Amino acid sequence: MPEMTRARPGTMRLIDAVKYRLPLAGVVSILHRASGLLMFVLLPFIVWLFDTSISSEISYESFTAAFVVGLGVVPGWGVKLVVLALIWAFLHHLIAGVRHVWMDATHSVSKAQGQSSAVITLAASVLLTVALGAKLFGLY
Amino acid sequence: MTVNHGSKRLVVGAHYGLRDWLSQRVTAVLMALFTLVLIVQVLMPGPLGYDRWAGIFAAQWMKVLSFVVFVALAWHAWVGMRDIWMDYVKPVGMRLVLQVATLVWLVGCTGWAVQVLWRL
Repeated sequence: MPEMTRARPGTMRLIDAVKYRLPLAGVVSILHRASGLLMFVLLPFIVWLFDTSISSEISYESFTAAFVVGLGVVPGWGVKLVVLALIWAFLHHLIAGVRHVWMDATHSVSKAQGQSSAVITLAASVLLTVALGAKLFGLY
Repeated sequence: MTVNHGSKRLVVGAHYGLRDWLSQRVTAVLMALFTLVLIVQVLMPGPLGYDRWAGIFAAQWMKVLSFVVFVALAWHAWVGMRDIWMDYVKPVGMRLVLQVATLVWLVGCTGWAVQVLWRL
């Protein structure tokens, strides 16, 4: 029947997916992926930070200067923002990863535990990011 | 002989994806332990300037451990990025290009990091 064929939903597209209300466990999941992708994309910058901070006292100077006077066209506060994003990405990825391994190891896959551990993951990563971000921006 | 390809492929008991699943978790645990080791050394008393920071990685055991973790990180990121390309990029040619680019990116960054480590 042609009408029924037309009514069939077909392949789900992104525009269909965003119509669903994502549970918090789903938010943790997509952020786990996004944070991993971010760290992958910025990997050369991370190695650059490692290189300049450790190779010599002169390179260490340029490492600390990047956070003050900037790096190329990026100002110092821009470098700090990128590093802050990396700090969040690392923390979220690590905590969500521990949650993952813990669920694998204990087979704790109930809806309630998924919800509560998702809340803990999101809260812990954001709070730690705020604490380290305050240090990064010299608030204490 | 039984046919085991195409629509007749046996899809149970063959451990499809098990190696990726397991290696992603093993490398993750390695990196988490390395993070702890690094945090403990950074939080040792005394001002954290160039000397102490470089000193942490100057120890031979720390170089070996860091090297293992760099390789683990590349492997871990490869499994994760491959998952992303497989989920979102359907054209086979494009997917191959992105996967090769991912490997080049990861091997390049790992080589750079290892060089930094062992000229210290």
